[in-house]
Amino acid sequence: MSTVELSGVSHAYGRTQALSDVSMTVEPGEVVAVTGPSGCGKSTLLMLAAGVLRAQSGRITVAGTDLAGADDASRARFRRREVGLVLQFGQLVPDLSVRDNVALPLLLGGHRPVEARAAADGWLERVGLDVEPDTLPADLSGGQAQLAAGARALVAGPRLLLADEPTASLDATSGRALLDLLVTTTVQAGGSVVLVSHDNAVAARADREIRLRRGTVAHQVALS
Amino acid sequence: MSLTELHLALLAGAPRHGYDIKQEHDSWFPDTRPLPYGQVYATLARLQRDGLAEVVETRVDGGPERTVYALTADGAARLRAWLAEPAAPTGAGAEEIVRKTVSVLHTGIDVGGFVARQRAAHLRRIRELQATPPGAGPAERLVREHLIAHLDADLRWLELATELLPSPDDQPTVRPDERKPA
Repeated sequence: MSTVELSGVSHAYGRTQALSDVSMTVEPGEVVAVTGPSGCGKSTLLMLAAGVLRAQSGRITVAGTDLAGADDASRARFRRREVGLVLQFGQLVPDLSVRDNVALPLLLGGHRPVEARAAADGWLERVGLDVEPDTLPADLSGGQAQLAAGARALVAGPRLLLADEPTASLDATSGRALLDLLVTTTVQAGGSVVLVSHDNAVAARADREIRLRRGTVAHQVALS
Repeated sequence: MSLTELHLALLAGAPRHGYDIKQEHDSWFPDTRPLPYGQVYATLARLQRDGLAEVVETRVDGGPERTVYALTADGAARLRAWLAEPAAPTGAGAEEIVRKTVSVLHTGIDVGGFVARQRAAHLRRIRELQATPPGAGPAERLVREHLIAHLDADLRWLELATELLPSPDDQPTVRPDERKPA
């Protein structure tokens, strides 16, 4: 069973068609790069696979869950259980410390706070974020917020890791290290990774490239 | 890259024979085409003729006779002058990828397939380079990063080229036999 399966998916914002009849799969253990120029529908595709957006037409199945038929609460549970999400600017919860931001997926999943925070500290160390765990997101640089978002995405061991420009705020060396950690950790656990990026060095990390153009799949090529 | 001046740089550390120079070159640029021996010996002969290098020793060491070359004062000055000038920015449009992309744009022959194949080839090469250790020191790593940056620049340029293309729906398929004579 594919980890992600999109079949004939379309989505529009008002009169702007973001995706038109897109079909694709991501297999277990596979790393897929979704690339294309600005406005081609990359981020929309990622948000649909994450269950943040609901497709207006077509079918989306992720880790066995039919997202098109799921209500908001079910999709939120699915995200917490199966998906790690890294976005370009971190998108941390501003009122929570860095440690609690990273621990959040475990806390919401019912883990004991002491265990969740210990796990968060471990992941903060692994991503190389050298700040006090009680620091608030407002006091982090863009790159530090992105590292924290990486730790948060990995803490619950997601079956699907979705990353939108995951290294955009980091220098080349730190970006490569975070990308290696995101990909290696997820794939070694049997999970799949979808990378959305303008950065060719990020795309080259994938096993397959899916290229979007004007909301449709322009090509798919194997890279490994 | 000027091979003449590069040979001067390869000789700058110590006198070397041709085999040494080839080995040194290939360790400096592990990701590029190995330097052919014929190129090394032809370049050394030219350097000697022009007074930029001189023969300082002939070694036998139980194997074939090897001629050891060293920089002359003129050779060292030429090397310093070469390194004092910035490299000319490229952009003459003579590279194969430019020739092919422009040809695809003009002919319309399998545009989508060309872009897919070219992107895949470049991304695979970046992937290979990222997956193997760049070498022992910072200089080897810099050579590696330069190559990756160059491949990345090609891909960004190709993206610009594809933005100029019509969408798959309205893209005309122009075959050579359909072109009107000029």
